[in-house]
Amino acid sequence: MKQKKQRRGFEIWTVFTWVIIALFLVFFIYPLANLLRQAFFDANGFTMKNFIKFFSKAYYTNTIKNSFKVSTLTTLCALLIGIPYSYFYSFYNIKGRKLLIIISVMCCMSAPFVGAYSWTLLLGRSGVITQALAKIGINIPTIYGMGGIILVQVSKFYPLVLIYMNGAFRNIDSSLMEASENLGCTGLKRFFTIVLQLSMPTVLAAALLVFMRAFADFGTPMLIGEGFKTFPVEIYSQFVGEMADDWGFACAISCLAIVITGVIFWIQKFATEKYKFSLNALHPIEKKEPKGIKGLAMHLYCYIVSAIAFIPQLYVIYSSFRNCNEVFFLPGFSLKSYKSAIKRNLIGAIKNTMTLGFAALAIIIILAIIIAYLTVRRKNFANEAIDTVSMLPYIMPGSVIGIALLTSFNKKPIAISGTLLIMIVACVVRRLPYTIRSATATLIQIPMSIEEASISLGASKLKTFFKATVPMMSSGIVSGAILSFVAIITEVSSAVILYNTKTLTLTIGTYISISYSLGVPCVFATITTLITVIVLLIYIRITGTEDVRL
Amino acid sequence: MSVNIRIEHALKKYGNNTVIPDLSLNIRPGEFFTLLGPSGCGKTTLLRMIAGFNTIEGGEFYFGDKMINDLNPAKRNIGMVFQNYAIFPHLTVRKNVEYGLKNRKVPKEEIKKKTDEIMKKIHIEEYADRMPERLSGGQQQRVALARALVIEPDVLLMDEPLSNLDAKLRVEMRNVIKQIQREVGITNVYVTHDQEEAMSVSDRIAVMHDGVIQHVGTPKDIYQRPANLFVASFIGRTNLVNGKLTVKNGKCTVSLPDGYRFEMDNILDEEKHDQDVILAIRPEELVINDKEGIHAKVDDSVFLGLNTHYYVLSDDVHCIHTEDKDDDRFELIQESLIDEIIPNGTDVRLRIKKEKVNVFTADGCKNIVRGVKDDRI
Repeated sequence: MKQKKQRRGFEIWTVFTWVIIALFLVFFIYPLANLLRQAFFDANGFTMKNFIKFFSKAYYTNTIKNSFKVSTLTTLCALLIGIPYSYFYSFYNIKGRKLLIIISVMCCMSAPFVGAYSWTLLLGRSGVITQALAKIGINIPTIYGMGGIILVQVSKFYPLVLIYMNGAFRNIDSSLMEASENLGCTGLKRFFTIVLQLSMPTVLAAALLVFMRAFADFGTPMLIGEGFKTFPVEIYSQFVGEMADDWGFACAISCLAIVITGVIFWIQKFATEKYKFSLNALHPIEKKEPKGIKGLAMHLYCYIVSAIAFIPQLYVIYSSFRNCNEVFFLPGFSLKSYKSAIKRNLIGAIKNTMTLGFAALAIIIILAIIIAYLTVRRKNFANEAIDTVSMLPYIMPGSVIGIALLTSFNKKPIAISGTLLIMIVACVVRRLPYTIRSATATLIQIPMSIEEASISLGASKLKTFFKATVPMMSSGIVSGAILSFVAIITEVSSAVILYNTKTLTLTIGTYISISYSLGVPCVFATITTLITVIVLLIYIRITGTEDVRL
Repeated sequence: MSVNIRIEHALKKYGNNTVIPDLSLNIRPGEFFTLLGPSGCGKTTLLRMIAGFNTIEGGEFYFGDKMINDLNPAKRNIGMVFQNYAIFPHLTVRKNVEYGLKNRKVPKEEIKKKTDEIMKKIHIEEYADRMPERLSGGQQQRVALARALVIEPDVLLMDEPLSNLDAKLRVEMRNVIKQIQREVGITNVYVTHDQEEAMSVSDRIAVMHDGVIQHVGTPKDIYQRPANLFVASFIGRTNLVNGKLTVKNGKCTVSLPDGYRFEMDNILDEEKHDQDVILAIRPEELVINDKEGIHAKVDDSVFLGLNTHYYVLSDDVHCIHTEDKDDDRFELIQESLIDEIIPNGTDVRLRIKKEKVNVFTADGCKNIVRGVKDDRI
């Protein structure tokens, strides 16, 4: 009897295991292997010439140095700005907190280089602020180059730190704070010896996330880096630039990128090992009323930081309604930019974007639920392998995934390059790790006994899965999935390699129209922002502002 | 070192909701004092007012002669043991224990000496370099105790410290706590909802209900002569029945609905007048016999080794239902005899041990038997 029962469950879930392994093999392992093959082999067999070429020229190695410099500084600044912000936000009743958190989430979910583009409109050579200040004789430092990249990235990534840290601070039990106070330690000292130490794992996780995003960010350095070349920009220009004739070299650089992010990921894991404790607040901290000068300073800090991050977003929307020619904005407002955007296939881009978003999201949710179930409830070697492999894309820059897919699927048997399908595949691969993680975390919380109860009451295993397990998991997945939707529709780094005129999306539309117009990119960006806002409002409706998680 | 705690007319409000209306209390130096009551009675609120984590809306709190109302919690020189221990998970056992001393800028050698001393006393020296997550509940409890005591506080406050432990460890740890408290001689305020725990550790207990102290006394006093009906039914098991007090020629007689009556010679003088009363009869204050007492029938019995519990139903005298006891039947406890257990259905009579029984006014507010000691001030 027991054996028979086991065999039945075995069959159903084994089928899922093999289906998923097959999907991974075709759409992830094969492209990755292909990437390696092109990096290490040419027509004559094994070769290191691509790597020798890279390391023998300072021009190339400098891109690594530059990327490191920018990512490290961005990470540090984002932590320095985000942690105090989160502390004020979590421990004090900051007025307008809902608005602040919505603005913050919006800034970090917006398309990566919309911020960069807007900053050039504000602080660029012909930017409004630059020119206004120049009139009264003040010259501000240029936004082009490293400083500008860091400014743009920090104002986009500090909300990640804020949201992560809010979660960590919420898990600190108030009795720990009281114990510390009771033992004579308060104020700033308590912040450093207790609060910060307790949230160290989260600080490290947030640092990793910001570093990875900054390192893989392609749009910002492409737009305002100018002479300051970073790694992803180099990968892109080796692959699609005018000089791009050597895919082997682009693949080799991609491999280096994976190695670097892999090392960073490993270092972060190693650092986190030291903090082997878990927090679970029975009594969350009660927020205090901020009073006096200190309270005023806290409010000012939060509002100014949010404003700096948010103004570029608003300015793009504002600019989309202004009159302009190719080079200058002109006085007066109109819908002219919208008209020319429609001529440039705005409607098609909206359609593509929505199709891409919904299709990728549906696939991600289905895969994530199945994979989470397999790895949590059916532990075996194959399923653990699936778990490990599914996390790999987390450390892979988007442009690398784009290159791997494009070089693998541009010929038969699977010739899908230039279709929306390949972009869907790229988005699924990119976002799957996030959703799997939240699905796994949710499933671990659900006691096995609930499923056992369902089975003992006569439901089959598959019925139990759909009627009991999936509904219980859904709350944990839905919120994460909504944010994934935003991430998908604002995807740039892989899309910029995979798109063609037929599969233009809103963000890619923004990116390419920058080269020929001032107003059109603003229109594309405004529509993207509009969709993002709608989705975020739905998200906040569902989760509540206090529980924003990424 | 030890100090007395005096609370005068304490008032606690959350918004418009008054949790503690007016509470006065005097806790003696070196005493193990327990705040006991059902959840929501305000006992933890009071403890946290003493600790300084709750605001005080009115009244005065003194440690010795020093008023502490507005004193920063960090300056009150209090050791506190939290319900979930609040051990810092990122620090080793030793660093947790040292934490308070470091904040007091105690010299290094002294920190080491004091930490070693207290860890030895509480038997955690072998875990000194472990992280808290690798400790059992009982060990974490000991660390919390060591951390609270090492700073040599004037007062030790404990908020349901044993509620997260399993039954066996609870008994072990309450003995440890009691023993350490005796050795150190510190004034200890202890909060619990478990009356057995309270009885076993306390010098004195304050029973609280709805933010009001109902009775303060030694475990023996509050068990045997509870000040009112709430205390009688909250502490231990009790059968409550309606009765009548009649006074004739200075002699007091209590009669029950079935006609069973007995004379009492320990009724307070000022209560010697005819009135309806409520009798609180503990299970061990009923004696099964066949001569006198309430007419009843054995309904059920439970043999527990040392004692046998009987559930006995009377046609005429029904027990008053309370939150804890929702049953018409009398509960009574008898030492197990070598003879057979009385079979269900047997007709018996229940005599009341009148020297032990407590008699309350019909509203339950006052015990009219002599010998009630309530020494809250």
